[in-house]
Amino acid sequence: MHRIAIVGGGTGGTVLANRLANELQPELESGEVEVRLITADRDHVYKPTFLYVPFGKKTVDDARRPIEDLVDRRVSLTIGEVTGVDTDTKKLTFADSSILAYDQLVLATGASLDPEAVPGLAEGGHHFYGPEGAEALRDDLAEFTEGHLVLSVVGVPHMCPAAPVEFTLMVDDWLRERGRREDVDITYTYPINRAHGLQSIADWATDLFEERDIDFETFFNVDEIDPDAEVIQTVEGSEMDYDLLVAIPPHAGSDLVTDAGLGEDGWVDVDKHTLEATNAEDVYAIGDIADVPTSKAGSVAHYEAGVVADRLASRARGTVPTATYDGKTVCFLEAGMDEATFIEFSYGEEPFVREPSKPLHWAKLGYNESYWLTARGLL
Amino acid sequence: MTEITEPDVTIDSKDATCPGPLMDLIGKVKTLDQGTVVELQTTERNSTTDVPEWLEKAGHDLLEIEEHDDHWNIYIEVN
Repeated sequence: MHRIAIVGGGTGGTVLANRLANELQPELESGEVEVRLITADRDHVYKPTFLYVPFGKKTVDDARRPIEDLVDRRVSLTIGEVTGVDTDTKKLTFADSSILAYDQLVLATGASLDPEAVPGLAEGGHHFYGPEGAEALRDDLAEFTEGHLVLSVVGVPHMCPAAPVEFTLMVDDWLRERGRREDVDITYTYPINRAHGLQSIADWATDLFEERDIDFETFFNVDEIDPDAEVIQTVEGSEMDYDLLVAIPPHAGSDLVTDAGLGEDGWVDVDKHTLEATNAEDVYAIGDIADVPTSKAGSVAHYEAGVVADRLASRARGTVPTATYDGKTVCFLEAGMDEATFIEFSYGEEPFVREPSKPLHWAKLGYNESYWLTARGLL
Repeated sequence: MTEITEPDVTIDSKDATCPGPLMDLIGKVKTLDQGTVVELQTTERNSTTDVPEWLEKAGHDLLEIEEHDDHWNIYIEVN
């Protein structure tokens, strides 16, 4: 039997497992192939939902569904924590010391938040990148009637590169709707010399920030935060006072990756087109954990999963894989509480940012609902 | 420009796209002592303008930008 193991039950892992269930249906039914999805969390989480939680538009429960409801019945599902990968003997070790052998492995373990990497950040800053953070921000934002709100991108790279700009534009609009905007100053900060890594988004955001009286600071790299004094200190030697800090925390890859020799800094070194690991045979990485030169975004994981499904199916059948990933990334960007834009780009391309509109906002909300079909491998 | 001898620290950011090399540099510089000479290797042309701009903002010295066939070496002294 040809054994395919997928570690991680986020967008990448779940889409991949379901795509393989379709592509390898005859082989799965005859027992020639096994597709095993391994995840530590019984729930699948659609993280973009958390952006809407601080504004009371979604709850954290809206972001979760039991993974067994999303995964094709032909996929073997294991709930367990993988603690070790031996790419020489092709074996995985679990937290309970059990061992699983594989023929082909896909790592789709995602990125994790590492607020502790910056002194004072965990105590002094809010975020919307996880359920507890999004709920705490919702509660404090509801009580926030005046002062200085700072949105600071502390860590790069991070999940969903558009989200900090989206949050800033949304909170501006949300405060205007409530008649509080005149009593709140908003500042957006970014580590490099423009408002976003992609020049076209930086230009678009800069124009909107100026139109909406949102201050922004560039070359702003947070060194430490004094949560008592409510002061941010930067590597560049500047200080900024805040009353409500919403920070994008540093992100980390995985010790699993480093320990397995698949990438020194916790992200898997891969060929950006085949998504095959550089340092091991028969290992792939998709989603946030893969070190490819594009965004850590759900759409990237989705398209990568389609490519790797084709490549794995070819290998399982003994044919030469030909599918490649060209860096395709698509992304909605909320420009307020009721308008959005949309971008699409591939490796080396600069996206064109369309004029924001209400229909695109509704399309974004519609996609959020239909995401569960994406996870099932149907969209 | 100062004559470059051996760098104390080398950061290999070749093949990283913008702003990867700059972020690699910023992340490293904040852990280094004053006087440390850093060599940043980058294949990203924007680094040759972004890095000097950041150095000026952060108060570190640009020693030299060395152009090779397929990459640049940017030498920095930490202040």
